[in-house]
Amino acid sequence: MSDRKIRVLIAKPGLDGHDRGAKTVATVLRDAGMEVIYTGLHQTPEMIAEAALQEDVDVVGLSILSGAHMSLFPRIREALKARDMGDVLLTGGGIIPEDDMAALEADGFSKLFGPGTRTTDIVAWIEGAVKERWAREEA
Amino acid sequence: MTSNHPKNSAEGYAERVLQGDRRALTRLISWAENGDGRFPGALAALYPSLGRAWRVGITGPPGAGKSTLVNELALAMRREDLEVGILAVDPSSPFTGGALLGDRIRMEELTGDQHVYIRSMASRKSHGGMARAGVDACDVMDAFGMERILIETVGVGQAEYDVMGACDTVVVVMCPGAGDGVQAMKAGILEVADVLVVNKSDLAGAERLADDLSEAVHTRAIRSDEWSGEVGSSWTVPVVLASAGKAQGVDEVLKAITSHRAMLDSRGPNGLEDARRKKRVAQVRRVIDEELDARVWNTDELGARVENALAAGSTAYGIASEVVDDLLRGAAFGMRSKES
Ligand SMILES: Nc1nc2c(ncn2[C@@H]2O[C@H](COP(=O)(O)OP(=O)(O)OP(=O)(O)O)[C@@H](O)[C@H]2O)c(=O)[nH]1
Ligand SMILES: [Mg+2]
Repeated sequence: MSDRKIRVLIAKPGLDGHDRGAKTVATVLRDAGMEVIYTGLHQTPEMIAEAALQEDVDVVGLSILSGAHMSLFPRIREALKARDMGDVLLTGGGIIPEDDMAALEADGFSKLFGPGTRTTDIVAWIEGAVKERWAREEA
Repeated sequence: MTSNHPKNSAEGYAERVLQGDRRALTRLISWAENGDGRFPGALAALYPSLGRAWRVGITGPPGAGKSTLVNELALAMRREDLEVGILAVDPSSPFTGGALLGDRIRMEELTGDQHVYIRSMASRKSHGGMARAGVDACDVMDAFGMERILIETVGVGQAEYDVMGACDTVVVVMCPGAGDGVQAMKAGILEVADVLVVNKSDLAGAERLADDLSEAVHTRAIRSDEWSGEVGSSWTVPVVLASAGKAQGVDEVLKAITSHRAMLDSRGPNGLEDARRKKRVAQVRRVIDEELDARVWNTDELGARVENALAAGSTAYGIASEVVDDLLRGAAFGMRSKES
């Protein structure tokens, strides 16, 4: 299956108005050879999970600045599980306290990046985690 | 419902698609895209269920409003309670192989509707406006039970001929500022269009463009009557003014698509059936080309033979005809059967 490409959905939940960060990440991932589906602003957890299903993505990337991560992440994970997509990788960035990060990453399919993260680190994490995901599928 | 097939087998997935399982639908389209070895088996199980969906291609230059129009058409179709599938193709970067797929942004209000399925697809190595797996994706959606499938092509400004092979009706979307009628003729756009839409009718220059296009279409219709010797034998491409952004003229676009369908239906076996059969033949031919290419070049032997022949002074034509003769005779070099 040499033709397989990493598919990523970039979504911007919540009411925050601008999406420059999301666009930057989308472009970086595209340049790393991934197929990036961009969905725009103000997505609800249900809409995000539904788009993830329709697009059969490996990764959902969220840009969160609103501090709503502690409710959004679990809600999106639940909505994904309801669609038989509980193992989709979930990632996002923002100013998030360490304790919260640890709690959100506990399921093993999630990863949060703090401010100032190098984009190469994001690419590397996605590539590694998706390889594991594909290997699990083959097994 | 009980099944004899393992859940993750090709047949198991096909069965789930036929039962309306969206997770299976989305997965089979990925298999098609990735060249997964299970896809042909799954498609074979779906084949008897194909043919119900009407496939409408939406093509035209970048920014003409294709996605916005697809969104409006889908909403109109939903008002008629139809199941709608959407395939939105955007270009892959030839350098990195990556792609930014942004057509969904204009279709947000459809995301929550369980009777609509939207799939974004990168063109990957295909040219001609479609992705290689585009027809496969439409086939899976068709078997799933979609009654209408809207296919948005890449949008390069030139005629995107591949869309004709994938669709029953091709809608070309133009808008003021993205080229005039003469450019449309040069680019071969009139030849692919069954319906022409001048979008952004709220902007200056739209009426003028529509007049230009109508005139070009009329000239073309007369010419093809002369060729066929039958007056009125050809479909005259309607030119429809619309403003997808303001949800105006959308019903007229839908009506033009419906008329085109009625025209094909009215021709009996010479209409839709014939057109679809020809498109399948063209698809098979394309698949044969791809498979030949993959199998012939999957070792270094042939490359080495070509280099040696060139070094010995043979020309490209001489080498090619020798190689093809050998291949057709079943000579083993470079050629590997699928099993080995
Ligand atoms: N004025 C006006 N603008 C429109 C209309 N329809 C769409 N637009 C705008 O045109 C721009 C492009 O619209 P899209 O629907 O993304 O066009 P597209 O052909 O899908 O673009 P690509 O997929 O990038 O080739 C957007 O800013 C739309 O808001 C219209 O009827 N009038
Ligand atoms: Mg578009």
